[in-house]
Amino acid sequence: MSTPKSFQEIILRLQTYWAEQGCAILQPYDMEVGAGTFHPATTLRALGSKPWAAAYVQPSRRPTDGRYGENPNRLQHYYQYQVLIKPSPPNLQELYLGSLKAIGIDMTLHDIRFVEDDWESPTLGAWGLGWEVWCDGMEVSQFTYFQQVGGHDCHPISGELTYGLERLAMYVLGVDHVMNMPFNDPSAPIALTYGEIFRQTEEEYARWNFDVANTEVLLRQFEEAEAECETILAQEAVDPKTGKRIIMAHPAYDQCIKASHMFNLLDARGVISVTERQAYIGRVRSLATKCADAFVQTSAAGAA
Amino acid sequence: MADLLIELFSEEIPAGLQAPAAENLKKLLTNGMVEAGLTYANASTFHTARRLTLVVEDLLDASPTVQEERKGPKVGAPEQAINGFLRGAGLSMNDLEVRDDKKSQVYFAKITKPGRPASEIVAEVLETTIRNFPWPKSMRWGSGSLRWVRPLQSILCILSNEAEVSIVPLEVDGFKADNQTRGHRFMAPDAFAVSGFEDYDTKLKRAKVILRAEERQAAIWQDAQTQAFALGYSVVEDAGLLAEVAGLVEWPVVLMGQIDEEFLDLPPEVLKTSMKEHQKFFSVANPKTGRIERFVTVANIEAADQGATILKGNQKVLAARLADAKFFWENDLREAKAGMGAWQAALENVTFHNRLGSQAGRIKRIAALARDLAPMVGADPDMAEQAALVAKADLSSEMVYEFPELQGHMGRYYALKAGMSAEIAAACETHYSPLGPSDDVPTAPVSVAVALADKLDTLTGFWAIDEKPTGSKDPFALRRAALGVIRLILENHLTLPLADKLTSADAGAGATDLLGFFQDRLKTYLRDRGIRHDVIDACIAMPQSDDLALLVKRAEALQGALATDDGENLIQGFKRANNILSQAEENDGVEYSFGADVKYAENEVEKVLFAALDEADNKIQPAMATQDFATAMAAMATLRGPIDAFFEAVKVNADSALVRRNRLNLLSRVRTTCLSVADLTKVEG
Repeated sequence: MSTPKSFQEIILRLQTYWAEQGCAILQPYDMEVGAGTFHPATTLRALGSKPWAAAYVQPSRRPTDGRYGENPNRLQHYYQYQVLIKPSPPNLQELYLGSLKAIGIDMTLHDIRFVEDDWESPTLGAWGLGWEVWCDGMEVSQFTYFQQVGGHDCHPISGELTYGLERLAMYVLGVDHVMNMPFNDPSAPIALTYGEIFRQTEEEYARWNFDVANTEVLLRQFEEAEAECETILAQEAVDPKTGKRIIMAHPAYDQCIKASHMFNLLDARGVISVTERQAYIGRVRSLATKCADAFVQTSAAGAA
Repeated sequence: MADLLIELFSEEIPAGLQAPAAENLKKLLTNGMVEAGLTYANASTFHTARRLTLVVEDLLDASPTVQEERKGPKVGAPEQAINGFLRGAGLSMNDLEVRDDKKSQVYFAKITKPGRPASEIVAEVLETTIRNFPWPKSMRWGSGSLRWVRPLQSILCILSNEAEVSIVPLEVDGFKADNQTRGHRFMAPDAFAVSGFEDYDTKLKRAKVILRAEERQAAIWQDAQTQAFALGYSVVEDAGLLAEVAGLVEWPVVLMGQIDEEFLDLPPEVLKTSMKEHQKFFSVANPKTGRIERFVTVANIEAADQGATILKGNQKVLAARLADAKFFWENDLREAKAGMGAWQAALENVTFHNRLGSQAGRIKRIAALARDLAPMVGADPDMAEQAALVAKADLSSEMVYEFPELQGHMGRYYALKAGMSAEIAAACETHYSPLGPSDDVPTAPVSVAVALADKLDTLTGFWAIDEKPTGSKDPFALRRAALGVIRLILENHLTLPLADKLTSADAGAGATDLLGFFQDRLKTYLRDRGIRHDVIDACIAMPQSDDLALLVKRAEALQGALATDDGENLIQGFKRANNILSQAEENDGVEYSFGADVKYAENEVEKVLFAALDEADNKIQPAMATQDFATAMAAMATLRGPIDAFFEAVKVNADSALVRRNRLNLLSRVRTTCLSVADLTKVEG
């Protein structure tokens, strides 16, 4: 496989590869999330008995990681590539290695390793076992067999792959600073680098995240999202207007995602103390758990 | 006889779990087989990142046939009883034998339990083992319910002898045992069949898998050293890292790379820790400069370009990591040069424990205690206090935030940069020590004062809030802290009575209890050094036993005395005297403790005992006063002969009440003399 020329070519090749493996290629979730795992296509679909196979790019935001676009590989907004297959196929490791080949990693030249990593998300009440995948000493992906999500034991088990796209692409393309990475084909008439697209936004968001975001507003929004999530889930299963059984797991989960992001923003503003931190994480987890409880009662989870 | 080969092939097993899992596999399999009557000559295990392997040599082909005889009901017993017996034995009336038993006739059954073929037993035991394997953390995968540490991929299970190889018929949740395995993930991924262990071992090596962990370790270490030696460098030893790395690769390929010039001035601890923790690299030192200048990484593949790409990638990752470390170091140096005040202040906001206040509060207590302890350990009180005040300042540094294991080490660098004395800097580094039974104990007086104060504050604090260790739970490592205090005192030969140090930090009523905890830890510590627990008990019961050095000296002397023939027999004599005396005191309701007089001695041996006691007392009292326990114990041991002779020749409960009383009072002298040396009632024997 030839070496890709740009960031987007790596994404396109991953999309093509996982489409060929039979995954539904979904689009990013239209909300601010900290990682691809938050997309309901992973969090909720890992629950219940129905088979599932999806792959997608997810723009992810980690306000505390903002460095005004100056750090060679730290960003407050970045992309993850996420694959979730349920039940996990017996050859998932081989399929994963195939994806590395697809993006131009030559297995005869590189040292690929599966290094123990017990994954845990305290905000989602989720954990799994798997590995960090190393390529020549660099972590290029996380590979996890989900055991529990939202406090529910998974059955069947999903296999989750998460690629940190910028880091992986920088390595494949041999680029030392993320802002210098070609986003589209460098020989295109209008060639754009990652920096031309994102340097300014990294600066803007870093300033807002760290110094300007109104903490009172954020706090209020956190609490509103929390309350709305609870309200949604407290509704009767049967909709009085249509007479149908409609459990609103997804709208409730949107509020959980919102609360989680508000917490991340508050954290970046430095207004959450060490002890408060645990309490906030617990509140988000409690929402995630309730959303999971709701989802497993729906037909998407295989409930009658 | 046959040989059994089992391989459980899976996705990558965490390095630290491989060796214990291999041991468990051996234990569970061999125990299970032996329990079923299948004995063997020898069993060994092997492990790599992807396989657990067990070889059992000279296994019986079948478990032996067992004959059992069972006694049944009497002849003429109710039919129900006889039928029940027949059902239980699986026999019919004709199979029973009638025998005379005492006065009646009884039915006997001879039951033959036929042996079972090895393959059947192995299949059964292996299935049970797989289903109940004691992984510390296991998982499910796919749609199955089987648990393993990571998904199981295949099971190889064959029995082989000179004539044939047979696959053990076994299926666990869809995994059917086979004679197939696979080689290296990238260099030889195809499946192949094996006919026995030798064949397996040879073919695996051909398929780029070194089966033995020791062999992988040796290969890595030897190759790393050879490459370093060729440049006049040396690899920094790290047995833990070597074991871990050998668990990550099936075919180790050692590559040595350079650390960029701009990072070479970082402290060696930082380079070592960053490379080890993040990258699992070995450090390579240049003896000429005393710096760490290179690294060794271990790849799992013989790359087409001899590892050039792999090395370049690793070097790049390392540079990014070290750039972070350098950034922290430079920021920290600015704070250190400014005197570390901001770091100390920041510890006001760090909770040590929610019921024990902030780190800053704790540091103030430690500083006061270090000052108080200083004269007893030969340290300057001002310096001890000053050292304690800055010893934990590095907890606020960026480097220690990133690498908590560098606490103390960074403290030393920063204290020196802040212009503090070498003694204070050393205390910053070593006051956490000793961290375990084999860790070095600080010896510099200032370090000793801070190290003791740190641990005593921890212990009294957690005791005061009743957070004591229970069973295997010791979340605050209090046993380790107590052992640290014990080793600091004993190995530095300190005279430091603990009792008042245990109350000085508000432990209140917990002090006695805490002293008992120390004495328990001391018992464990001394038991490992060959001192009997009853000997320690006998000494703990004596006064001043909160002075641990004194306590140990006494225990060593007592153990020495008990090791002699006289000493050992004295215990018998003492106990006999004590028993007779206690019995008489209980019966008579009086205490025989005074007034033994030689003029009422009827017998020569009695007089000898009187004289011996006088002589022993004359030696023991001055010896005890100067803590010369060996002399005191030796003097006590000389009583053995006279005591033995006394019991041989004399009847204590004489007919004459006067003589009896005198003899009991004499025994009381024996007791008093012996107990003045150690509480011999606690000595077993």
